[in-house]
Amino acid sequence: MEMVFLGFVLMLSIFLGFELISKVPATLHTPLMSGANAISGITVVGAITLAGGELAGWATLLAAMAVFFATVNVVGGYMVTDRMLSMFKKKDKPEARS
Amino acid sequence: MSEELIGAVYIVSAILFVFGLKLLGSPATAVRGNQLSTLGMLVAVVVTLGSTDIIDYRWIAIAAALGAVVGIVAAQRVAMTGMPEMVALFNGSGGLASLLVGWAALGMEGAEGDSQSAFTIITVLLSILIGGVTFSGSLVAWAKLSETMPSGAISFPGQQFVSLILLVATIGCGAAMLAQPDAGTAMLVYAVIALSVLLGVMAVIPIGGADMPVVISLLNSYSGLAACAAGLAINNTILIVAGALVGAAGIILTNIMCKAMNRSLSNVLFSGFTASKSAAKVEGEVKPISPDDAYLILEAASSVVMVPGYGMAVAQAQHVVRELGELLEEHGTEVSYAIHPVAGRMPGHMNVLLAEANVPYDQLIEMDDINRRIENVDVAIVIGANDVVNPAAREDENSPIYGMPIINVDQARTVFVLKRSMASGFSGVDNPLFFKENTRMLFGDAKQSISHMIAEFKG
Repeated sequence: MEMVFLGFVLMLSIFLGFELISKVPATLHTPLMSGANAISGITVVGAITLAGGELAGWATLLAAMAVFFATVNVVGGYMVTDRMLSMFKKKDKPEARS
Repeated sequence: MSEELIGAVYIVSAILFVFGLKLLGSPATAVRGNQLSTLGMLVAVVVTLGSTDIIDYRWIAIAAALGAVVGIVAAQRVAMTGMPEMVALFNGSGGLASLLVGWAALGMEGAEGDSQSAFTIITVLLSILIGGVTFSGSLVAWAKLSETMPSGAISFPGQQFVSLILLVATIGCGAAMLAQPDAGTAMLVYAVIALSVLLGVMAVIPIGGADMPVVISLLNSYSGLAACAAGLAINNTILIVAGALVGAAGIILTNIMCKAMNRSLSNVLFSGFTASKSAAKVEGEVKPISPDDAYLILEAASSVVMVPGYGMAVAQAQHVVRELGELLEEHGTEVSYAIHPVAGRMPGHMNVLLAEANVPYDQLIEMDDINRRIENVDVAIVIGANDVVNPAAREDENSPIYGMPIINVDQARTVFVLKRSMASGFSGVDNPLFFKENTRMLFGDAKQSISHMIAEFKG
């Protein structure tokens, strides 16, 4: 039953993703990509669960490395996206000039 | 915290991700969208840390602190022109994390005693495979983008055959693990990891520079799917939901990029771009123009369209382009920027560069909109773009890029092409645009040529 349940979650999420993204203007393709990339760092949650759990030493070490790489992905991804988005300005905003 | 409560909070963070992605769809709300999605991530991490399953925080604290420092430094240091490389590296980092999570999940105890269920093993293998391909593929993409290795397509005879063998071997190792979950697993896992990493390399090396937007968005999709597989392996719903959202988003972007080149995904992935065989030879005389004369034409124009390409990024010309645009506007000229979906090395590359140079996003026009009124444009200025404005895509059925939608700059009254020399574009296809009656070639460094015109306007 567990498998079926997870399968449903998976299927619905994929359809939701298709619906959400299909109407993004070309201007935002890069931020969208790096923002989505940051979300894929959600692996960090799984890595934390494993790194803090009762696993053998080797598995804990691997999980800790996963925490490291996923954190780089999450923190870097969100910050870079924010930096990019803050540059997108509409016309006639005097403070936009540097 | 109990598992039910954590699950409930995961729903909240999934909602935040969904709204975050939705708000990323419009320039006005995108900043807030990204913040919502960040909040979603924070909520998910905090509630996970509160789980009763976690008994030891030392490793987590050290790894997370180091990771955060690396991420912050990288994100602040990177220049906007280096963005494609950065995105590729972050992507690879995420893929590696999913691979490691999958691997570590083998250390979990199965539900019925010591051995893992078949479902767990399959999903673990999937997360190692997809994570490994994402990791090494992204590294190769990074190397190509930063020109650490040649950015062109690298192919050798039997390449697809080798890839196929690798894939079959990976599946074979997986099947062996399923057959006897307890014996000799370690060696098989190493084999699967090595094969996955090799597969990632094999998948990306035959893909050349101008196809990079497709690869980057496809790898982005993979990183989501890898997280998704890891989620299935450790039975974590938020990983599945968030990973699937990213996977779907990446596939849509990939599709948009392929459509913009009129090529199928399999064509991009498996057949490194082969230069023209029988395309019509272009003959004629090019008409060079000096920046002084170009200025005189610009001064008389009432509407100007800039068409940037990868060359603008290379020449770092986005700031002078914006300056010229502003001067023209003060002069009473209507200025817009027409951007082809695959211009540059990642989806939306040109838009980011122009945004950095403070070009307002409502002046950036998509291909279809500009083509509708290109005949009324006095001057189209092509800055470091080539294939995306090549009329052969429209006219020459034998051209390898025939059928690719282009910006029809040749239909504008006058076209300036800013170019270093007469070399052909990435695809190696001759560009008849350069020989058209209404085309003027402005040879030299784009930045210098434009600076020259700016000086004329000011002086």
